[in-house]
Amino acid sequence: MSKSLRFLLPLALFVALVGLLFFGLGTDPRKVPSPLVGKPVPQFTLPTLQDPKRSVSDADLRGKVSLVNVWFSTCVSCRAEHRQLMAIAKESGVQIVGLNWKDDKPDALQMLRQFGNPYHVVAFDEDGRVGIDWGVYGAPETFVVDRKGTIRYKQIGPIDQTVWEQTLRPIVDQLKAES
Amino acid sequence: MLPAALLAGVLAWPFAATTAHAFTLEEFSFDDPAQQAEFRGLIDELRCLVCQNESLSASQAELAQDLRREVYEMMRAGKSKAEVVDFLVARYGDFVLYSPPIKPSTYVLWFGPLALGLLGAVVVLRTIRAKGKGQEADLTEAERQRLAGLLSPGREPARRPKGDRS
Amino acid sequence: MIPEIGHFALILALALALVQAAFPLAGSFTGSRPWMGMAKPLAWGQFTFTLVALAALGQAFLTDDFSVAYVAHNSNSLLPDMYKVSAVWGAHEGSLLLWATLLAAWGAAVATFSRALPLAVIARVISVQGMISIGFLLFMLLTSNPFDRIFPMPPEGRDLNPLLQDFGLAIHPPMLYMGYVGFSVAFAFAIAALIGGRLDAAWARWSRPWTTVAWIFLTIGIALGSWWAYYELGWGGWWFWDPVENASLMPWLVGTALIHSLAVTEKRGAFKSWTVLLAISAFSLSLLGTFLVRSGVLTSVHAFATDPTRGTFILIFLCIVIGGSLALYAWRAPSVSTGGGFDLVSRESFLLANNLLLTLFAALVLFGTLAPLIYEAMAWGKISVGFPWFNKMFLAVMPFLALFMGIGHLARWKHDEPGRLARQLWIAFALSVAVTALAFLPGISAGHATVPLGLGLAAWLTFSHLTGLYERLRHKRGLRGALADLTGNSRSYYGMLLAHLGVAVLIVGITMVSHFGVEKDVRMSPGTSQEVAGYRFQFEGAQAVNGPNYRAHRGRFLVFEGDRQIAVLEPEKRSYLTGGMPMTEAAILPGLTRDLYVSLGEAVDQQGDWALRLYYKPYVRWIWLGAIFMGLGGLLALSDRRYRTATRRVRAADTVAAAGTARI
Repeated sequence: MSKSLRFLLPLALFVALVGLLFFGLGTDPRKVPSPLVGKPVPQFTLPTLQDPKRSVSDADLRGKVSLVNVWFSTCVSCRAEHRQLMAIAKESGVQIVGLNWKDDKPDALQMLRQFGNPYHVVAFDEDGRVGIDWGVYGAPETFVVDRKGTIRYKQIGPIDQTVWEQTLRPIVDQLKAES
Repeated sequence: MLPAALLAGVLAWPFAATTAHAFTLEEFSFDDPAQQAEFRGLIDELRCLVCQNESLSASQAELAQDLRREVYEMMRAGKSKAEVVDFLVARYGDFVLYSPPIKPSTYVLWFGPLALGLLGAVVVLRTIRAKGKGQEADLTEAERQRLAGLLSPGREPARRPKGDRS
Repeated sequence: MIPEIGHFALILALALALVQAAFPLAGSFTGSRPWMGMAKPLAWGQFTFTLVALAALGQAFLTDDFSVAYVAHNSNSLLPDMYKVSAVWGAHEGSLLLWATLLAAWGAAVATFSRALPLAVIARVISVQGMISIGFLLFMLLTSNPFDRIFPMPPEGRDLNPLLQDFGLAIHPPMLYMGYVGFSVAFAFAIAALIGGRLDAAWARWSRPWTTVAWIFLTIGIALGSWWAYYELGWGGWWFWDPVENASLMPWLVGTALIHSLAVTEKRGAFKSWTVLLAISAFSLSLLGTFLVRSGVLTSVHAFATDPTRGTFILIFLCIVIGGSLALYAWRAPSVSTGGGFDLVSRESFLLANNLLLTLFAALVLFGTLAPLIYEAMAWGKISVGFPWFNKMFLAVMPFLALFMGIGHLARWKHDEPGRLARQLWIAFALSVAVTALAFLPGISAGHATVPLGLGLAAWLTFSHLTGLYERLRHKRGLRGALADLTGNSRSYYGMLLAHLGVAVLIVGITMVSHFGVEKDVRMSPGTSQEVAGYRFQFEGAQAVNGPNYRAHRGRFLVFEGDRQIAVLEPEKRSYLTGGMPMTEAAILPGLTRDLYVSLGEAVDQQGDWALRLYYKPYVRWIWLGAIFMGLGGLLALSDRRYRTATRRVRAADTVAAAGTARI
């Protein structure tokens, strides 16, 4: 390597490093992307929240485009996104299936009474095992599932107006258009 | 910004919601000490997903306890270490492993250092060889005179040459 | 009122820093003595004002002034005074103020202890330090002001994170920062040398003591962090390759390479541009570490509250300082004529080889720390790179480092004969091989190949250095001659010896505790016993106790070795009154060859049963002992009379240096 080029190497490496770090400032290192995107929903059968004698399973996620929303009653962000979920349920016609994760049943029921119930049905995952199968590590998380029962997107964090309009709704619309 | 605040709330919740869960791993015991050691080794190398960089064996978070139980029960049921790892990676991705798996995308991570080391060794050897070939800076005539002046005590001290900025 | 004084002091410090960065430097080009002469008073002034600001913040903590937001977030009226003081640097804003104060302190020190330096050099060095100070002061005043008020004033503070309410952690940041900031002096000397076009032995001689002091502080700071993690976090670990830990290790590795490289440049005039690059890199890595800890780019238990806006500011600052210095390097360094040549077998070779190994390892640590980010940027998936990878890299590099360390100190400068070295070292080598072979015995190695490796390397380092010592003392006249050597001009030799033996001690500690540590998770009822590694732990139950700002359960253990009771251990499980997660305070019986360690988990029923952890940690203290030896070695080397000999010798060196000066 020619003499003066050799001395430029440290600077060049530094420039690359800075580029990487600027990129890093825009990312969230704690977000874990899901390896389940593009795969069929995990098999599960759980009692529903409202009626333990009824059950909900992965079969209920086939035939329609669905949002599977993971929540629990003491989760602040879940409460914050609840209103948006109500709006989505009312306006868009996509079915929202709730996965009540490691919650206290009376508290969960109370939350739905108090803030409304946007869910078509709520699965009650008391010990969190189904959550593990879905790769859940926090709440709220929302999965977008297509008609064939394949997970197509995972939203980490609460859904607000912007997230719905700019990210989720376009996906849902596209999935609805698929045969 | 609202989304950022909400996200911050999400990320904070595992610690808010966890009750006084001190923990030990005492409940995860095996009859076979080798299996016990394998369990410990495994949870040492698995990452707690909700923590700020802690292993499954060290973390006090609730999800960590759930995952520890999951790993324990799988091992008790006779699953091998590889099967447990595959189970978790299928659900959480490679992020859950502190030791990145060796696959094409991680070749640069595992074999890059060797390449870098060899490159460094080559550079060092070439540098030393080059230096050894008598690359002493030759003195210019002016410098030779100055040197002579300094070495013979009777002479006047040399004037500072032009360009010396001290 | 006091916080306002502190705030104003910071503004004044910034003003002085602006002047300090501009005028002395300009004066060094125009030859204006008055302007260059401003350097020292400005450095002193900046130190005074940053110190005033730090004192003001300390006062706010000690008087429980919760109208200051930083105090309200990090203190509490029940907090013991010692921790109120350490809370000053316990979080982001205050730690920046500590950084700025220490930076100014080092600047003032350079201004004071540099009588022999030419005025232009001092002017440039202090100007460069002023530039760095501008960055930190501006950062504080614009984004992270420790003196911001909070309204309405809360009646009580949020309390200092209980993890930080600890002596070890109280002094760990000041030690670390003294190290990080101290490398700014070597950096400033390097920049001054590049600007002035003089990269010579004199520059190396001036830089060495400052760099060594900084290196000593950083060594101790890192060791303190490791020791603290061991006894505080409750799981007996002492290094996790966490991003923030790595951020402190990288400047240390490069700093170690730097102090050795400076030795070569001073003695032989070789490695000049490489040494300058190391000086720039050591401080750059310190700054990079500051960025990584405060920007939210990487996840770490150590990270300060993260904020991308602050991260952007620091990154821009890095671009200016590091980018600028590397550009200056690219421009000026090529014109430095190469110094003394040397052969393949020579002391220079071995020093160069180890320099490169240390730098390689630092680069690997950087690579591993940033790899998750690189993978995300390249869309190769999200991965974690943790201790398994780092440990393997350490195991790959360390043996070569130790191997060359054992030979290098005996090799002659410029040229040596392999035969001569072999003759001197074959006994040490044979002994090391013997130790390695012995360690392969199943009883000792327990099936791990890394045990013989570690012990063999430590033996090699020890025996080869003892050989060197013998060779050296052989020519002195008896014991008196040996003692005279120690108190005379050879302290740098003994410093080297001590520091290198420290490395051997460190290796033994790491090897032993990694392989022979025993950890037992058990449930115990009061009155029962458990055995770990031949020691019996008898549990006497736990009682509720109260501390100044917490409530706790305190367990009581009697520890027996055979029939003899050797200790009473009382671990605690604390709940701090301000809330938050319960903290475990382990009880440790320290020893030179082993630690016994008990940590309470949780109460499992009403009968007083507890789930807890018992540890046997052999030779763990050797890890920090090794670090202490390294620090003491550095101190010894520093006290060498060569550095304290006055003006006369340095002036002579100056003239010689002028003769051998690199042309611009």
